[in-house]
Parts: sequence; C-alpha cells; structure tokens
Amino acid sequence: MTPFDRRLFLKSSGLSLIAGGLLPNVFVRMAQASPLSGAAANKSSRVLVAIFQRGAVDGLNMLVPYGEKVYYDARPSIAVPRPGAGATDRSAVNLDGFFGLHPSLAPLLPYFQDRSAAFVHAVGSPDTTRSHFDAQDFMESGTPGIKSTPDGFLARALQTARSAPENAKPSPLRAVTMTPGMPRILSGSGAIAMTTLSGFGIRAGQASEPLTQSFESMYEGAVAGTLQATAQESFEAVDLVRSTNPAGIAPGNGAAYPRGPLGNALRQIAQLIKADVGLEVAFTDVGGWDTHAAEGGGNGQLANRLRDFAQAITAFAKDLGSRMGDVTLVTMSEFGRTVKENGNRGTDHGHANVMLLLGGGVAGGRVYGKWPGLDASHLYENRDLAVTTDFRDVFAEVLSKRMGVTALDRVFPGYDCAPGKRLGLIA
Amino acid sequence: MRFPVSRPCLAVSAALSLGGLVLAALTGARSDALTPREQALHVLNRLAFGPRPGDVDRVAKMGAAAWVEQQLHPERIDDGALEARLSGPGSQYPTLAMSNAQIIARFEVPLLEARKKIKAERAATNARGDETAAPGGEAEPTEAAEAEVAKARELIPPDQRPKRLLDELTSARILRAAESERQLNEVMVDFWMNHFNVYANKGQDRFAMVSFERDTIRPHIWGRFEDLLQATAKSPAMLFYLDNARSVADEQHRGTFPAAIRNNPNAPKGLNENYARELMELHTLGVDGGYTQKDVTELARILTGWSIGRPQGGEGARKATNRGGRGFGRRAMMQEPESPGEFVFRARAHDEGTKTLLGISFPPSGIAEGERAIAMLAHHPATAHHIAYQLCQRLVADEPPAPLVDRVAKRFLANGGDLRDTVRAIVTSPEFFDPQYYRAKIKSPFEYVVSALRAVGGATDGRAIARQIAEMGEPLYLCQPPTGYSDTADAWVSSGALLARLNFALALAQGRLPGTQADAGILRLAGSASVTGRGVDSAAHWLIGTDISEETLSTITKRAAEPGSESVEPSSLVAALLLGSPEFQRQ
Repeated sequence: MTPFDRRLFLKSSGLSLIAGGLLPNVFVRMAQASPLSGAAANKSSRVLVAIFQRGAVDGLNMLVPYGEKVYYDARPSIAVPRPGAGATDRSAVNLDGFFGLHPSLAPLLPYFQDRSAAFVHAVGSPDTTRSHFDAQDFMESGTPGIKSTPDGFLARALQTARSAPENAKPSPLRAVTMTPGMPRILSGSGAIAMTTLSGFGIRAGQASEPLTQSFESMYEGAVAGTLQATAQESFEAVDLVRSTNPAGIAPGNGAAYPRGPLGNALRQIAQLIKADVGLEVAFTDVGGWDTHAAEGGGNGQLANRLRDFAQAITAFAKDLGSRMGDVTLVTMSEFGRTVKENGNRGTDHGHANVMLLLGGGVAGGRVYGKWPGLDASHLYENRDLAVTTDFRDVFAEVLSKRMGVTALDRVFPGYDCAPGKRLGLIA
Repeated sequence: MRFPVSRPCLAVSAALSLGGLVLAALTGARSDALTPREQALHVLNRLAFGPRPGDVDRVAKMGAAAWVEQQLHPERIDDGALEARLSGPGSQYPTLAMSNAQIIARFEVPLLEARKKIKAERAATNARGDETAAPGGEAEPTEAAEAEVAKARELIPPDQRPKRLLDELTSARILRAAESERQLNEVMVDFWMNHFNVYANKGQDRFAMVSFERDTIRPHIWGRFEDLLQATAKSPAMLFYLDNARSVADEQHRGTFPAAIRNNPNAPKGLNENYARELMELHTLGVDGGYTQKDVTELARILTGWSIGRPQGGEGARKATNRGGRGFGRRAMMQEPESPGEFVFRARAHDEGTKTLLGISFPPSGIAEGERAIAMLAHHPATAHHIAYQLCQRLVADEPPAPLVDRVAKRFLANGGDLRDTVRAIVTSPEFFDPQYYRAKIKSPFEYVVSALRAVGGATDGRAIARQIAEMGEPLYLCQPPTGYSDTADAWVSSGALLARLNFALALAQGRLPGTQADAGILRLAGSASVTGRGVDSAAHWLIGTDISEETLSTITKRAAEPGSESVEPSSLVAALLLGSPEFQRQ
C-alpha cells in the first residue's frame, strides 16, 4: 500500500472530514462511517481513476447550455431539448437553471444532487490543433504544443510522489491501465496494461508455474530496455494478481455494469481497489465519440454512447460504495465539437469541452468554470466554444489535494499551477 | 479502440542511454558490418514476415541484395498455388473474388430486406407504428433500431451475414503473410492498409473492405503514390469511413436541391470536413505540413459530391425506401443511374464556388478540382517527407535517421512518387544494413504471430490466428481511429500484450489453437536438440534464425532437462520457449 504520501493523505482526509460537515457529500459521509482510522486505514489508499473519451465527445450535448438560445439556433436537428420541452427521456435534465445533463446522463443526477459529482465546462487545452492524434498527445503528455515530451503527466505525477520517503517499494499494481497497450498519459510510469484480470498470467494448466519461472528468467537476462522492464513488471504484477485474486470479487451493492469495454474496465478497476493491491492510479479509455454524422440529440448515436458511459460510471460508484470516498474519478476528451451542426446532422472538430469529476473530495453539485457564451463574438475562431479553464488546472487540483502531489511544476513543466488559479473543485 | 501512442517512454530512453554499452554488446550494435547471414535474417525480418526454417541459409547463399531485388518485383514471383487456394475454384474464401455489387446483393440487400420485413410486421402489430422522431430525426442506431438490426440478422443464414466478409478477408491476409512467396509485397500491403486505415466495422465499410484491399490498395502499391492516393480518394471504403460520401456543398455554394431532398430531415445539408482533414494530416502532408483550418474547409468544398452509388443502384432506387444518412446521399441527388457501392461523382452536391487550397486557386470544374487537389497534395514536398519518414520508421527504425529520411524524400520528389523506387532507396541504403538497427525493432502483434507460425512451419485456416493478433491489440481491419496502428515498439510492449504473446507461443507449440498446426517434424527436431546446451543453441539458429543469450540458452536447457509436468510435451517445450523468448520479439 503506497499512497502518494501517507502523512499528507491522513492529514487531508482529516480536513475533508471537517469539510464534510459543511458539504453533505455522500462519499465523505460514507468515509466517516467506514473504518478509515487505525489499522484499517492502512488498507485504504486514495485512487485516481481517469477516463479518456477518445474521439472528442460533444461536450455541448453532454452538458447542455439550454439557457443559450444560440445553442438551439446552431443545432436545428441535434440540439437536446430544454428540460420539460420534449419527452422526459429525450430532454435535458436540469442542473442549475442554465445547464442540463443529456438525458442519457440522468443516472449521474443523484450524485450531482448530493454533491459528489461536479462538472467543469469550457475546459480544454490551449493548443489550437484539431487533430485527434495531436490533441490527445498533448493532453496526455500534459504539455500542449510540445511534442518532444517523452512521458505522460500521470507518469510524472507518480514519479514525483515516489520521492516520498515512506514509499520504499511501490506496489507492482500501483498504476494500472485497462487498455491493450500503454497509453501516452502513463508512458514512462511502468504501469501495468491489461484488458482482463482473469487472463492476466501464463496459461498452461499444471505447467503454468514452471513456465512462468522460465519466461521470467529468460526476460531477466534480456537486453535492458522496454521489453525487459515490461516483463519484469508484468511478472511481479502476475504474482500479486494471483495471490489476491481480484477477479473473484463480485460487484457490491447490487451494482450492474453495462456490457461493453468501459463497463468491463471499470468493473475490474473496482475489483483491484477492493482487493487492496495498492492501486493508486487507474486509467481506461472509451471511443466512439467522433460524431461527424447523424449524432442525434436527446436520442440517437451519441445518446447511446452516453448511456453506456453513465451506466458504467454509476455502476462503479455503486459497486465501491463507501470505498468511493477514497476514489476520485475524472473524465476528459481531447477537444470539443463545433457549436453549429454540420451538413450531416453531426459536428466537426472544435475546441473546449466538458469534464466530469466524481467521488472522494469532490466539491460537487456545481458546474465549474467561466462560461464564455456561444455568441459569435465569444466563440473561438468564430465556430467553437472557447477554452476558459486549462485542463491542467483541473488535474493540478486533484493531484495536489487528493493525491498529495506537491511538485506540480514537474508534472506540468512550464505551466503555472498557482493555487490561486484553482477552481475549488476539491473540498 | 484507442489512438495509438507513438513516442518511447522516458524509462526506455533512460535505460537505452544508460545501458548503451550493454545494449551494444547484446544486440549487435557495433561498428563492423553485418555478416551475410545477419543480412539475410535482417531482410527476412524486415521485408518479410520472418524466416521459415532454412530461409536464412537460403537467402544468405543467394545474397540479401539479390533477394531484395527479387522481392521488389512481386509480379515476377510465382504465387500461383496460394492464389489458387484463396480465389480459385472451390476456394473456401469465395467473397474475396466478389465485386462490390455482388457483395451488396448477397450481404447487404438481404439485411435491408429483413429489416424492412420486421418493420412491416411491427407496423402491422403495433397501431402506433413508428415512433415519432425527436428533433433531429432518428437516422442512426437507437437501441430499438439496433435490436431491429440484430433481429434482421437472425433471419439470414450465418454464411450470408456480413461478418463472413471480414472473417474471410482476415484469414486471407494472414495466409498471404504466412505463405506468400511475395513477402515484401505483403509487408507493403500491411503498411499501406495501415497508412490508409479504414475501420471495417463502420456501417457500409463492412461491405466495401474486400474491394478496398483488392482493388484500391494492392494494385497500386508498386506504382506512383499519386495513383494510390487517387484510388483511395475514390474508394467507397474511404469515402464512407471518413464521411466524405455525405459531404455536400453548403446552401450558398450550390443550386437548390429538389424538394425530395429539401424536405427530408436526414438528407445531407452541407460540408463534412472529416476526410479533408485526414487526407492532409495523415495521408499526405502530415500534421506539421503547413495547412490551416481554412485549407481543411476549402479542401472539403473541393471534394463535395464525391460519394458512393446506392445499394440498389439506379433502377432499384425508385422504389427503395431511403432512410438517408447512410452515406449514399439522396436518390433525388442522382442525376443518372449509379453502380451499387461504387464511386460516384454527384455534380448536384458539388460546391460551385472558387476555392483556395494552400494558396492555389481552384476555379469550379467539378470532379477535376478534386483530382487536381489530390495530385497537388501527392507531389507536395511535405508529403514526400511524411511518406519517407513513415516508410523509414516501418522498415528501418522507430526513430529513423534524419539524413536517410531526407534522402528518401528527395528521391520521392525526383521520381514522381514512384513507390518501388522509393522503397528501393530505403532497403538498399547503408542505413538499412547499419548494425545499430539490426534487430532493433520490436515486432507488431501481426508480425510476431505470423513469424512464429512461419518458424514452426505452421498451417492454419487463419481464424484462431486472427483472434490471437486481436488479443495482442492489433485486430486486423479494426483500428477505429484514422491514424492506423503505431509502428513503434512502445505501442506494442505492455504487460497484457506481452503475456498474450507468451501464451500464444505456448498454445501454438502445444497445438492448442483450433485450425492451426505446427509442423510436427520441425517441433521434434527442435525438441531433440535439447539434449545438450549446444543443441538448443543450434535449434534457435534453425527455428528463429538468431543467436540467443546465455540466459535464454540456459533457461531452456534447464527446463527441457526437467520437464516437470506432463502438460507440456518435451518436443513442444523448446519451440514454445524459443518463440516466447525476448530474442524472438525483435526483428
């Protein structure tokens, strides 16, 4: 168990208990009820779960600015109707009198209401690229505009945290990505990449053990480099997975994950958390957001993707129950989409987008960020929602307040992460 | 699916620089030239899908340069046996030879009809009929529509379902990679299919993929880049995948559409810039190629009207119920009969204004505008550099030497984008045989799996092999983002993927993959070599063509001496460990 910094963790969780008196955050309440002190506290550590919506989700239909007339003018066929303006299951779900959730995200409403979920709107990268590849690269490297950055920002966050004295031997499952390959955001971290917990190991019946040893020793002697390092990390992780058997842990509290990659990924991340393997950072990604054609409004293509998205995330929160007080889940996407719909009832590549935060420490129940408006004069390059919050400020706050990362200048080199710029997302 | 990442991680770079000396000693990075045998292994690894037993000696004997020259002319290499098996009479892969129209008639029309039948049944039993559409209509799969499609699929016999197309295509690709004598051709098919990536499970692309590989990519990869590019731009697969099939001129730049279009909420109404952007970013200039957002929009305008013929063509279109938004535009947009599933230029949808692309003016001239723009992009210096870089990354090193890339780019410009000459420039360069790049690349999953199959003289129907490649993160034809898969090691070396490779090595050697067998004689020979340490060494030379480290040698020798469990035959054991060894992950 190696939280980013245990002392800081205990201290700040004490703070959040105090804050909990002010903020009726369900996870804080749950955390109070759960054995967070004494010996049991060692079993618990904070986890950051990051989800990348690859392909640029349409944030304007995820979190609908239904108070803007321009929104409806610009999207004659794919706007999400104002709350109450259409069938309930196809209209926006009011949050604060101006923004509404896409109806497919309605399962998140209770979390927003009890202040464990928050959104940041008009957030994104200051870089102007509309290339998926570059924009994802910049967001994951944490250095917009600089392509030569060798590693991912979550990898650097883990490295800076590793300097804490009590982190002698980090868990081999300290960082896990539920993806087939290593995503840019964790590149350089030695994170474990897997797609299934149950298939994670050498499968050869009775011979599994001796063959695992053989492969392990061959790779120990291999040329130093990515292959050898990955193999060593893999075999350590295989060992830990075998001894803790997270795949055997059933979802709690009647949580039902949707079938599909995101549901599978989050179910297994929850299993790793519950198996106390020392997980600190988990990552997964989900595609299908590049809605250039027939995007749909309150129903249709995007609505289906968002339904799966919301069901997977709420199942995760339900599954973890009180443990969710230790977990902060953050979503991101490389850029937003054009305000105006295109000629195919879809949207093209845009600029600012929306992020969701859910779980421990989140000062929820609010939509954060300065709303720039959708009037032509306020749009970026006359067509896209302008960025008013840099995504790095969101992560800077989560990493520093939840994960005990102090060296933010190393996580986001060249970027001023001054505390004065914080949105107050984390209590 | 994810967008692959393409930069080496910090830990790797650090390890490489710190361990430079060790690396040099172990990988053969050194100052002396490659031996003839090493050159043979190198070309078989990079310009083929790995050696079969005996190949290294054979190529070493004839000389790597002679072998390369032979491979640069695939049309002169007899591949009749394999081609007959794939597309001759009685082939198990009949869809490979079908035209777009045949595929549509056999695989799409039944689906459309089954769907119509279900709709009619539902309308009959449900007085309410179709649900009224919400603002924006309902053109794309809602849950109900998806259930409808699933139900429609069940009405169709399994061998007429669209999945068969992808299964046969994938199997054929694997068989060709494993068995074709035209190995470099298959390597370049892999490269160009990836360069012009199309995701085969996107709607209409399920029906267009067979023709895309057979008619668009394969015939053009040894000709001029411009011809290849024009072919992809007119391929239904690409037109659908990157949405250009649905892009029509904005209202102010075209005549008035007929009422049938105007009144249909699902009909395309304006530009879609998806293809125009990727055409410049990925296919030609590269992301730093100096174009702007304005250029993207202008190119999209130039390409309006480039679309796909409707599934039931001219005559069927009259009665066909058109749900629109499926990539075919509206039937009223058709001014003449269209060939089902083939490229069509619809003048009515084309932008009539003058455009400016990269500072060059394009007066309105219909389809010729797009052809001119594509020709211009194909011969642009930024394109030359982008293509040279990608080819060098594939064939030489993850981070290819800049002087080589520059030389190859110049050659590409000078030879008018002649792809054979461009590839020749790379594979005959001193850099290609530079010892520092010898076995310096990690195999992609496709390369790894096929090279293992070749090493053990394997025979396969392709299916199980396809699943294995997918499990390692590279499902063929199924890369969702237009970037295609990464050509660098960091994208392929991860814990899960590495374990999948080891498990595959075991399953292949143990004969646990359905429809796939290793050559028993080859396994036996490899296994019998385990009696002495010397033997394993020579088994490695013979089976995987390379020297192995002391560690690998002693591990295998030790394990072979004490089998420990009945579940692994001694004859499989040596092969399994060799195929799973770190040495065999490299090329």
